[in-house]
Amino acid sequence: MATFKEVSPNATAGEKLINWIDNRFPLTPVWEGAWGKYYAPKNFNWWYIFGILATVVFVIQIVTGIFLTMHYKPDAASAFASVEYIMRDVPWGWLIRYMHSTGASMFFVVVYLHMYRGLIYGSYRKPRELTWMFGCAIFLALMAEAFMGYLLPWGQMSYWGAQVIVNLFSAIPVIGPDLSLLIRGDYVVGDATLNRFFAFHVIAVPLVLLGLIAAHLIALHETGSNNPDGIEVKKNLGPDGHPVDSIPSHPYYTVHDIFGVSLFLIVFAAIVFFAPEMGGYFLEFNNFIPADPLKTPLHIAPAWYFAPTYSMLRSVTSEMMYVLIACVLVAGAYAGFKSNLPKPFKMAAMGGSLLLAVAMLAIDAKFWGVVVMGAAIITLFFLPWLDNCEVKSIRYRPDWHKYMYATFVFMFIMLGYLGMQAPSPLFERLAQLGTLFYFGFFLLMPWWSKIGKCKPVPDRVTFKPH
Amino acid sequence: MSSTLTTPTGGDSSVDNSKRTWLIASSCAGAVGAGFAAVPFVSSFSASERAKAAGAAVEVDISTLKPGEKITVEWRGKPVWIVRRTPEQLAALKGLAPQLADPDSKRTAIENPKYSINEARSIKPEVLVVIGICTHLGCSPSDKFATGAQPSLPDDWAGGFFCPCHGSTFDMAGRVYKNKPAPDNLEVPPHMYLSDTRLLIGEDKKA
Repeated sequence: MATFKEVSPNATAGEKLINWIDNRFPLTPVWEGAWGKYYAPKNFNWWYIFGILATVVFVIQIVTGIFLTMHYKPDAASAFASVEYIMRDVPWGWLIRYMHSTGASMFFVVVYLHMYRGLIYGSYRKPRELTWMFGCAIFLALMAEAFMGYLLPWGQMSYWGAQVIVNLFSAIPVIGPDLSLLIRGDYVVGDATLNRFFAFHVIAVPLVLLGLIAAHLIALHETGSNNPDGIEVKKNLGPDGHPVDSIPSHPYYTVHDIFGVSLFLIVFAAIVFFAPEMGGYFLEFNNFIPADPLKTPLHIAPAWYFAPTYSMLRSVTSEMMYVLIACVLVAGAYAGFKSNLPKPFKMAAMGGSLLLAVAMLAIDAKFWGVVVMGAAIITLFFLPWLDNCEVKSIRYRPDWHKYMYATFVFMFIMLGYLGMQAPSPLFERLAQLGTLFYFGFFLLMPWWSKIGKCKPVPDRVTFKPH
Repeated sequence: MSSTLTTPTGGDSSVDNSKRTWLIASSCAGAVGAGFAAVPFVSSFSASERAKAAGAAVEVDISTLKPGEKITVEWRGKPVWIVRRTPEQLAALKGLAPQLADPDSKRTAIENPKYSINEARSIKPEVLVVIGICTHLGCSPSDKFATGAQPSLPDDWAGGFFCPCHGSTFDMAGRVYKNKPAPDNLEVPPHMYLSDTRLLIGEDKKA
C-alpha cells in the first residue's frame, strides 16, 4: 500500500482534491498509464487516427442504442412498426436512429481501415501478436453484433439475411439442422429469433466487445504502439527512461485526435443529415418493406461490410471444389516431400490432406462454402506467424510487395462489389479468382514475404518537425 | 504491469499435497455443477412448446387452381407451393435429366416421401407440392415459368424456379440443376389427398 501523500498547504483546491482522491483511488496513475504519460512514437501519420475513431463510434453506438431500446419493441408483430414509430413520431427519434444506422456502417469503415493500417505497417508482428488477435476477435464480435442488429428492424432484408446466415449452420454435417433450430428457436426465423437476437445485440455482445476492447488496449499499452517505420522505439531510450522517439499522448496526440475526430464527425453528420441511406448501401431499400416469410425479395444482398466474405461463400460451387481439393493435395504433397518437417509431421500432413480431400468430395459444396467464409476471418488471427519478411513496415519492404498489397486491396474491393451483385457466370468466375487470391495472399505469405530485397531500416524514426 | 507478486514461501517443498488434492477435487465438483447449471440456459434456446405445436397440418382446396398457376400456403412458417403443371411443362421434364444434379431423387440429405420419387416428383403428375425454400440457404426462389432466354437464366431455359440469392435453378418438378450452390431438390412435404381436390399438407397416410 502506498504511503499517505500530503500536499503543500499552498496548493490549489484542484490539487488538494486530486491528492485526496489519489490517496484513496489511483486516479492519477490510471490516467497517466492509459493516456497522460503513455508514450507513443512521434512519427504517427493519419493512418493512426482510426483507433480513436473506432472508440468514438463505439460510444455513439452505445449511447444511441440505449435510447433506441426505449422505443423499440422486440416482437415480430410490432418490431417493424416500432421502428417507423421511432422515425416518425418519437421527437428526434429519426436522428437517433440514423446516427445508429450510420454508426454501424462507419464502424466497419474505420475498423477496416484500422486493420489495413496494421497490415501495411506490420503492427501484428512480434511483440504485438496478442494486440492483433484481440483486434481480430473484436472484428468477429462486431460482425455478430451487426448481423443480429440487422434483424431488429424486421424488414425484408433483415428477415432473409438472417434466414440465409442461420441456415449456414445447418450445412454442418450431423449437428447442423439441430444447431440452426437451436439458434432460431423455431423452424423458421420468427418471433423467438427476433427476441433472442435483441438480447444478444443490446447486452451480451456489447459486453463481450467492451471486454475485448479493454484487452486490446491493455495489450497495446504493454508493448507500446508500432509506427509507420516499423521500428521498435523502446530500443533507444532517453535519459528519462522513455524512448527518445516517443512523446506522451497528452497533450500531443490529444490535439491531433480531437482534430481528427472533428473531421470525422463532419463526415458523419453529413451522412446522417444528407444521405442516411447512402444510396441503399447503409440502409437497403428492401428493408423498408416489412418481413414476409413467404416471399424472398428478388435481389437479396448482404450489407456492404459483409459482402467480401459473402462473395467467398458464394464462390464455392462444385467446380470450385475441384480447385480447392487440388490445392489441399498440393499442400499435403509439399509438406510430405519438400518441407523440413520431422517425419511424423510429414506423415500427418500427407494423411491429413488426403482425409480432407476425401471429406471435400463426400460433403456438399454448401458446407465448404461456409468453411471458406469462416476461414477467411480465422486466417487473420494467424497473420503474425505467416509473415516472414525481415522488416515490418511496407516502407522498407521490396517494391514488389507494394504491388502484392495493391492487388490484395483490389481483390478485396472486387469481392465486396461482387457480393452485392446478382449472380452471373462471369461474376462467379471473378469471385472464385478473388477468393483464391485472398487465401493465397495469406497462406502463401510464409514464402512470398521472404522473396525480394528489403531496404535498410533506419535506427531512428522518419520525422520532420513542423 | 510493473508490480511483481512475491510468494511468502517459495519452492515446491511448501506444497501441502492433501490440501491440493481437495482443491482439485472441489474444483472438479464445481465444474460439474456449473455444467449442470448451464443445461437449462442452453435448453431455453431450443424451439418452445408453442413453436412445436404450430407445426400442425394444413388443409388446402385446389379445385380453383388452373393449369400453369401456383398458390402458396404456409405450413410451419414455410411457403408450400402447389402448382398445377400444364402438359407441355410435364413433357419438358423428360429431357432434362442430364442437366440435373439429382434427377431421380436418389440423395438422402432431404427426406423424399415415397410418392415423390418419380420424374414429376408428385402423387398426381400434374400437381406439384414442394416447400418453396431453396435447399442452399433458405431463400424462397422466384417463379420463372416462361421458357427461353431471359436475364440470369440459360438460353434454353425450360421453365422452373430461380433463386435470387445465389442463382440456383430448379426445373418444374423442383429438381435442382447441376453445378449450382443448392445441393438438393426442393423438399416435398409429407402430404395426402383427402379428396380429389382437397390436399392435406404436413401429414400422409403412414403418419
